[in-house]
Amino acid sequence: MQSYIIIISILILALPLLNFLVLGLADSRFSHKTAGTIGTFGLSIVAILSYITAFNYFFDFGKIDGVYQKFTQSVEWLRFSDTLHIDLGILLDPISVMMLVVISTVSLMVHIYSLGYMKGERGFQRYYAFLSLFTFSMLGLVVATNIFQMYIFWELVGVSSFLLIGFYYTKPSAVKAAKKAFIVTRFADLGFLIGILILSYFTNTFDFGALTDPNGSIIGNPASATFMGFSVLSWATLLIFMGGAGKSAMLPLHIWLPDAMEGPTPVSALIHAATMVVAGVYLVARLFPLYFFVTPDVLTVVAYIGAATSLFAAVVACTQTDIKRVLAFSTISQIAYMMVALGVSGFGGHDGLGYMSSMFHLFTHAFFKALLFLGAGAVIHAVHSNEMGDMGGLRKYLPITHITFLIACLSIAGIPPFSGFFSKDEILVAAFHHDKILFACQYLVAGLTAFYMFRLYFGIFWGKETHYHHTPHEGGVAMSAPLIFLGLLTLVTGFVPFHDLITTNGVSFAAHIDWAIAIPSILVGVAGIAVATVMYKKPSDIPNKVATAFNGFYVATKNKFYFDEIYLFVTKKIIFNCISTPIAWFDRHIVDGFMDFQAFWSNMLSSNIRYLQSGRVQQYVWVFTASAIVIAALVIF
Amino acid sequence: MNFLYLFVIIPLLMMGGVVLLKSDRAIKIFMLIGSGVLLAASLILLPLFFEARALDPEAAMVMRSDIMWYEALNIKLSLGIDGISVLMIILSAVIVFTGSFVSWAMTEQVKEYFLWFLLLSIGVFGFFITVDLFSMFMFYEIALIPMYLLIGLWGTGRKEYSAMKLTLMLMGGSAFLLLGILGIYFSAGINSMNILEIAQVHIPVEAQNLFFPLTFLGFGVLGALFPFHTWSPDGHASAPTAVSMLHAGVLMKLGGYGCFRVAIYLMPEGAETYTTLFLVLTGISVIYGAFGAVVQKDLKYINAYSSVSHCGLVLFAILMLNQTAMNGAILQMLSHGLMTALFFALIGSIYGRTHTRMITEMGGLMKIMPFLSVCWVIAGLASLGLPGLSGFVSEMTIFVGSFQHDDLFHRVLTIVACASIVITAVYILRVVGKILLGPVQDKHHEALTDAVWYEKIAAVTLIIGIAFIGLLPFLPSEIINDSLTAVISKL
Repeated sequence: MQSYIIIISILILALPLLNFLVLGLADSRFSHKTAGTIGTFGLSIVAILSYITAFNYFFDFGKIDGVYQKFTQSVEWLRFSDTLHIDLGILLDPISVMMLVVISTVSLMVHIYSLGYMKGERGFQRYYAFLSLFTFSMLGLVVATNIFQMYIFWELVGVSSFLLIGFYYTKPSAVKAAKKAFIVTRFADLGFLIGILILSYFTNTFDFGALTDPNGSIIGNPASATFMGFSVLSWATLLIFMGGAGKSAMLPLHIWLPDAMEGPTPVSALIHAATMVVAGVYLVARLFPLYFFVTPDVLTVVAYIGAATSLFAAVVACTQTDIKRVLAFSTISQIAYMMVALGVSGFGGHDGLGYMSSMFHLFTHAFFKALLFLGAGAVIHAVHSNEMGDMGGLRKYLPITHITFLIACLSIAGIPPFSGFFSKDEILVAAFHHDKILFACQYLVAGLTAFYMFRLYFGIFWGKETHYHHTPHEGGVAMSAPLIFLGLLTLVTGFVPFHDLITTNGVSFAAHIDWAIAIPSILVGVAGIAVATVMYKKPSDIPNKVATAFNGFYVATKNKFYFDEIYLFVTKKIIFNCISTPIAWFDRHIVDGFMDFQAFWSNMLSSNIRYLQSGRVQQYVWVFTASAIVIAALVIF
Repeated sequence: MNFLYLFVIIPLLMMGGVVLLKSDRAIKIFMLIGSGVLLAASLILLPLFFEARALDPEAAMVMRSDIMWYEALNIKLSLGIDGISVLMIILSAVIVFTGSFVSWAMTEQVKEYFLWFLLLSIGVFGFFITVDLFSMFMFYEIALIPMYLLIGLWGTGRKEYSAMKLTLMLMGGSAFLLLGILGIYFSAGINSMNILEIAQVHIPVEAQNLFFPLTFLGFGVLGALFPFHTWSPDGHASAPTAVSMLHAGVLMKLGGYGCFRVAIYLMPEGAETYTTLFLVLTGISVIYGAFGAVVQKDLKYINAYSSVSHCGLVLFAILMLNQTAMNGAILQMLSHGLMTALFFALIGSIYGRTHTRMITEMGGLMKIMPFLSVCWVIAGLASLGLPGLSGFVSEMTIFVGSFQHDDLFHRVLTIVACASIVITAVYILRVVGKILLGPVQDKHHEALTDAVWYEKIAAVTLIIGIAFIGLLPFLPSEIINDSLTAVISKL
């Protein structure tokens, strides 16, 4: 049983890789149609295989004696020492199987959608090749059996993201955004790498199985060494979290994500909403027992960074006017929600509610956020602009997009029976039982989320009646079908019994909706929607009045609290002007100058000395006589 | 006859052929064939080595043979290889092969150019197949001299200055080296230059402390050790393409290989004494070279500083004195050799078309020359350590190995060296963003053409090498590990 599932999993990984190689090597030798068909067909098979894996795992053989097992199969790839070696393999456990489903579903939707959205674009084949590369890397990341394998695929998703953000490579802003995304996440990855080095030094293993076994020797008997007042393992997990924070755009490493919206919109849906950006959450979840048992202090840090990020991003989202940027900040905020959930989680049974709800939110969010982005893509496709100012009243022209977008908005706002309500509610419950401050913060964020999402919704589909040069229209079946499918998923995924499937220790527990928390959370969502309705459904001057009333705060928010400026200052002024330029100067003028100086004085010396050997006999005689006298004088006296 | 002689005989025969042939075209074709034969011979060497190894699993070196050169001092030409030198020979053969291809465009004094080029490769191959200090030193010098002429005559820009500087600095290094070698010879006191025989005796610690730094510095100058690296940017910038490739790809590896094979192997205690000092210097090389590359505007300078950084990492890892880090160092030599050669080949191709190497004067080349640009991106990704390409494997082996050191200072230094991965990303992406992506900078560039057959063959060969190490790292890694035992057991 297990062996055939492993073969299926290998196929799941191999097909996108094969697609990448074929499409990448053939490039423009394939027509657009062929490339699109190959890509999409490959991905449909991957999706089907993922569903088979998930079905078999969850309902057939995954559970042994009521506990979901971890199945591992790996081969050694690179040996460092007897204990440390990088293995490549496949790990099947509830969260990795869940991720397989999420990735392959969203990726398939994006593949189909792109057939319409990217039609006729230059580099269509390259686009599909990169999508396949990304899908391969992301799938490899989630099934990693050890932390180094995860790091390998972590870097690969980073580079695929770079390639896709910079897809429109003749556009300077896209190139800049791609570079920024890569370098910021690379900086975070440095933390990840150092974390791995520290962790492996003190535990002598990379293997997730050994690292996260609650009964194993690493958790039972952790290394006791300390460094600068903290235990070394705290440093390790904190640095590893830094890597996660970079990919998942946590404060203050979030700056790359809004700019990453320069990429094609379906790419934003796949990479920068549903899959890659949740890799940080997945990383913490993967190492959760280590965080919880060995370094609970770091877990608290995770929770608070998550809370700060979610609040920050929600506030900023309220003032952005580029619809993709609103969604980008919304993504940051929602991912931070998942981080908070992990941060407040306990281990085992109902205590592990936070962990479960985090994964649950990851699951529901992936679909409704992909839906939002694809909807936004349909809007952009129709009006050729990202700015809310150029939109309004589109509900008449884009009925399918309108309805599905509304479903997604209601879901993210936490209105039942849409999926976001269920997962968000569980997170709030978990936060409430753990830390009241975090709960209050997340409760506020829930209200803000409802507000800015409906600001967006009304701004696009209602509001002022804009005059369009060309009548906007839907993008055809290829674009509408994924919207409808994801809309249906948003309606049903809330009812998936996650507490039975994905728990901290593999044992299911009973969970039910805690109405004492759910009702206030619905109310705050409704309140947010109500405020947005008043302000944005019809053109009114309330928004301007509010903006004027809080002028300083409004401007700061609109400028995303000047994080970009700070980074620009650090990179341009400090690193470029204060470190690199002086080093280059120092190297040319001091180090090399010293070498040239050696040559210079050798030259000087020899050109002075050479007069001694002039070839004139009179001079030689003169020198000889004079020296003889001097020596004689010295000897005599 | 020992198979290893072929690596000196083939280039010698090729020199004869080049002298006899009349037309430039015939010489070039002859060079392509000859370098192909060399490459084939280096690949055949691999199974021969395994066979010899299987017969004699205990020996430090196999395929040994000696010829007496100078009886009075007991100087012999001693040949012998282990896994590491086999890999180095293959690397050299690949670079000579691809270098011959990119030299197809050479038009001035073709015959003389290839003669010096071949002499240079004799020096390189000779260095890797010999195991006695005298012949190693001799081949080392043979490799240095042609550089002077190749840069001074066929170079570009301030070529006389660069050629002089490079030669004088490297000669300065070899003066240290000569002292070191003589020191080893006399303090070992067994009247032998053979490394394997010297390794059997224990050189007194005082002598080691005196001669280790001399030897290490001597080789270190060639390995671009801070602050003796400044010949590298000027030298690379002025050298013709194939010479840059051979120089950065192989010659700089002679430094790392020598440090490892002579300095550390014969004087492990001396190494222990000086690790802190030299680790700091190499650590500076790693970070300083990377920062230096960030602001350069000339493509060759960028690559030269990047080489300072990457080669610094080689010496850094060797000085960690543990098996994993040393393994990483050798992998890094292979990886850097291939990718820097690829970079220089591409720079040559781009310069041949745009007639500029200034990144400020180029832009949007991806649209104009997609093949060259994609190769550039691959080289860049290898250089910044993307998994699946060679840079990742070697850097990770180095970092993991270095971090296994029990001393906190070493681990802190390792973390500092790790920071180079971010700076590398900055300068690589800066160049990619500037010259390949974005709008076309110069309207005249739009008429330019993409790579032609000889450029394609060179680039693809190098990329195959990079991907081979990146995807199947366990193959070279096992060969290296096996050969490291002799060195490690002495530490």
